[in-house]
Amino acid sequence: MKEICQETIIKEVKRLCMEANYVLPMDVQKALQDAYTKEDSLIGQQTLEVLNKNASIASCTSSPICQDTGMACVFVEIGQDVHVQGSLNEAIHEGVRQGYQEGYLRKSVVDDPMFDRINTKDNTPAIIHYEIVEGDQLKIIVAPKGFGSENMSQVKMLKPSDGVQGVKDFVLKVVNDAGPNACPPMVIGVGIGGSFDRVTLLAKKAMLREIGTHHPDQRYQALEEELLEKINQTGIGPAGYGGKTTALSLNIETYPTHIAGMPVAVSICCHVARHKEVIL
Amino acid sequence: MIKSITTPLNQDDVLALKAGDQVLLSGVIYTGRDAAHKRLVALLEAGKELPFDVYNQVIYYVGPTPAKPGAVFGSGGPTTSGRMDAYAPTLLSLGLRGMIGKGYRSEAVKKAMQEYTGVYFGAIGGAGAYIGQCIQTCEVIAFDDLGPEAIRKLTVKDLPLTVVIDSYGNDLYEQGRAQYLKEHQHAN
Repeated sequence: MKEICQETIIKEVKRLCMEANYVLPMDVQKALQDAYTKEDSLIGQQTLEVLNKNASIASCTSSPICQDTGMACVFVEIGQDVHVQGSLNEAIHEGVRQGYQEGYLRKSVVDDPMFDRINTKDNTPAIIHYEIVEGDQLKIIVAPKGFGSENMSQVKMLKPSDGVQGVKDFVLKVVNDAGPNACPPMVIGVGIGGSFDRVTLLAKKAMLREIGTHHPDQRYQALEEELLEKINQTGIGPAGYGGKTTALSLNIETYPTHIAGMPVAVSICCHVARHKEVIL
Repeated sequence: MIKSITTPLNQDDVLALKAGDQVLLSGVIYTGRDAAHKRLVALLEAGKELPFDVYNQVIYYVGPTPAKPGAVFGSGGPTTSGRMDAYAPTLLSLGLRGMIGKGYRSEAVKKAMQEYTGVYFGAIGGAGAYIGQCIQTCEVIAFDDLGPEAIRKLTVKDLPLTVVIDSYGNDLYEQGRAQYLKEHQHAN
């Protein structure tokens, strides 16, 4: 049994919140640079140049890449042989509180979602997903999620008879609806299968999966490639001003589902696809 | 060619701008997003004065990050403009000349922009650190309790913007995409 104290978790979550907001993951940086060399629209190229400069300014000056420093989405994989002293839940919220305060990150959370909408002033609560795994490690991923793109994500309960074409049509519809609102180039995660709740989590995990990696099933890999190509033929382009770089990547995650259903979720992220992880 | 323009903007300034133009904007602008717009329109409905006169002014849809010690401003790229569509026609009718944001606008906003001569500029979404460097002064002038959503008076220097929707109803989001597809002959 491994013992991990609350203080360690607070300190690590705080650091992850700050670093995730200042430094783009390497795969996203590389994808943005590649897109710049391949873009054939002038205004698209100029936009990508600004985005690359922006990422470099943010990382050099420890400033937020984007002013929407997001709601802190935290994915925790906890080994069944790990014991946390004190409340793990409270430690994560406290880490978020300290990270957003000390890192000069924007506080973007309101308490009551409909009636009061009063800012909690410390960006808590975080959205926490727990998964129990084997072993004695604790993995924490902090993925601050901006809502310009989050608002453009969609879920649909397709019928089995809708088939592959139904999935393709839905993904393209979501991308077209999102257009310039989602700050393209986008990073897209698609979940297929499971249930109404599970499919959205699959989509989010797909969105966080490293750019350039593929679904292990070749049929889904081919679909990832085909959808990305189709999305980049829509002409939406960087910032929506016209061009070929509408998405940097599209990843698919799947799960078994019910005989009567084929849930599909499309999680849209902007080019500021932030996430940072630690293994304790 | 990139045009340099300075606020306040009059009707002639706006009429000279066309969708697709790239501009560098300097001068005073005001920030305002969801909660601030709701309050501005509520003040008008109650017959009260606004905290600033919107006539010939420009509102930037942004909620910046807190400035670090010694800095004037944090990161501040645009937020999605569509959420302000419910309020924008009212402000345009009072002579608001420009809006800065990103994303689609409603037909009602486009119509009000033609009727009252307004322009919609796009700032590059997600380029918060880059845009933040164009801000020279920043002062909260209303609704301080709203935190990042408070109304700020900013002085900006050479803020890089693109005219997305002009006062003639032209929309770069439609035209830029169509133009690209025409030039590259994609079937979609």
